[in-house]
Amino acid sequence: MALAATVQEQVNLKDPANFAPVIDLNDLSVKFGQRPILQNLRGELRGRAIGLLGPNGAGKTTLIHTLLGFHSPSSGTAHIFGKDITTDAKQIRSLVGYMPERDSYIAKMSAVHFVRLMAELSGLPSEAALERAHEALFYVGLGEARYRSLDTYSLGMKQLAKLAQAIVHGPQLIFLDEPTNGLDPPARQRMIRLVREIRDSGKANIVLSSHLLRDVEECCEEILILKEGRLAVYCNLEDERKSNRKFLLLETRGDQDKFAAAVGALGCEYALTGDHRVKLVLQEGIEVRDLYRIASQYDVQIRRLSYKRDSLEDIFLKAMENGHGGL
Amino acid sequence: MAVYEHTYKQYLGKLTPEWSRFLVIPRHAFRDVFKSKLFTAFFIVCFIPLLIEAILIYLHHNVNALAILKVNVRELIPIDASFFQTFVNLQGTFAFFVTLLVGPPLVARDLRNNALPLYLCRPFSRTEYVLGKMSVLLILLSAITWVPQLLLFLFQSYLEGASWFVHNLALASAIFIGSVVWILLLALLSQAVSALVKWRVIASAALLGIFFIPSVFGEVMNHLFLTRWGNIISLGALIKNVTAGLFGTFVRASGRFTDWDGRVGHEIIVYEPPLWASWFTLFLICVICLALLSRKVKAYEVVR
Repeated sequence: MALAATVQEQVNLKDPANFAPVIDLNDLSVKFGQRPILQNLRGELRGRAIGLLGPNGAGKTTLIHTLLGFHSPSSGTAHIFGKDITTDAKQIRSLVGYMPERDSYIAKMSAVHFVRLMAELSGLPSEAALERAHEALFYVGLGEARYRSLDTYSLGMKQLAKLAQAIVHGPQLIFLDEPTNGLDPPARQRMIRLVREIRDSGKANIVLSSHLLRDVEECCEEILILKEGRLAVYCNLEDERKSNRKFLLLETRGDQDKFAAAVGALGCEYALTGDHRVKLVLQEGIEVRDLYRIASQYDVQIRRLSYKRDSLEDIFLKAMENGHGGL
Repeated sequence: MAVYEHTYKQYLGKLTPEWSRFLVIPRHAFRDVFKSKLFTAFFIVCFIPLLIEAILIYLHHNVNALAILKVNVRELIPIDASFFQTFVNLQGTFAFFVTLLVGPPLVARDLRNNALPLYLCRPFSRTEYVLGKMSVLLILLSAITWVPQLLLFLFQSYLEGASWFVHNLALASAIFIGSVVWILLLALLSQAVSALVKWRVIASAALLGIFFIPSVFGEVMNHLFLTRWGNIISLGALIKNVTAGLFGTFVRASGRFTDWDGRVGHEIIVYEPPLWASWFTLFLICVICLALLSRKVKAYEVVR
């Protein structure tokens, strides 16, 4: 019995649904003057790495800023690790790290001095802050350049220094706002690798805001898509892909209309896209061999058959077309 | 995240008390400020008048030294309210120049490089940020104004005796309040200007302008309208009056003009603005500076 209980406990721990939400949005709305920026965002975000997506002006950065306490909600609220952003802002800020989108640094300061200062402001004693500053800079790959003034850093190095200051105090949640902005491919790869390493360490949750779908696809397990300040989609990327495994793309020759109608009669959704192509979603209990049987029945050749998994781009575009969704 | 491990790790050690975190800013700023040899030299020069003050106090009480120097004690400057007031004003001038060198880049540099979100995304409030930046000046200026002045006051009390100390306690409070009001005003003004102007040189020029342009304008008004109310816009005159009030040397009737009506001359006595007006103006300036700081010191400016 005890063993069963322990096993059950471990199973529960592994299930993300059993964790307290990292971010809990409770009808969060933000207005700048009379202009609504975020409108009634609601949901529980639980992933280790959450991608924040949306077209420019969708409210991604405003959401991060509101969660950090830079903007006050016009209505509703949000909780981070169970703490209210309006009443426990200071406590929340001691748990989070933030890498801003824009170029942000303190001029005429060496990287190690800068990161140490940021660590001390987070509450680390001077000696510990210095030690952690060295560690953080080595970790992000700026070890050899840590005594150089930040003014002399390249854009990529400045991005890494920003990441170092965001992680120096060992936060439990890290907000990364467009971390790969302006980076060349090797620097981008390095940044992505670091983000994934932090995610895989299991010691910090990550919220990554980006307009680059590839970045989010490579780093995040869950995505939250904003459209015009509203929540368009929140989903687990892997679950979403799994649910679309029966999405097929066929290239045919012959009487395509009859073939499609017969497939439709089996209960499969289909769409004729021209150029002898048929897109369809297989229903439960329908196998690919059934398609070949119908094709043979109507004298249709299936020249090509491919499984089409929904890419993040598909999910994103669908969200942009469909409008507002929810959790 | 150890250097040799290259892994991410959380910090589980002790944290510093929240109230003390604003002091991190001046500690790091001093390192930067004293990197400049020119500034360090100037800061040392600021102590020369205090050394002279100490020597004068010492001479007053050392008969042997007076005999060697062949100086009569009556020929020396008396150690009274005017003596301390003069040195408070002199150190105030040095404090102004120190502010001019240190103050303008404090906030401007952070604003120019978008550093404010980095401060404010931590358990560190806007008030603590402003307090931290102001502390840089408040500590530096205190070191050359009221702290040494009060030490010299105690030195004089020690040499003169306990009764002198008791009878002149008001002088100590005048030294303290006069200096603190001045350095607070300098710190607030320089921070407000620094928050408004993102470039150091322009911020320094603006700070100079704030002190000198209204003074000149006020002086012109005084001469044109045969008044002293023009002093109400001159920061130097305001602080001079306030300090004089604290030391008990303030006189409202501060000048006489002869107004010629044909061949007949009328003597007009001009009066300084009352002390309450000077205090009120200084208070108003401080409030405006705080309002400006509250408006500008934000992680991000919202475009409505």
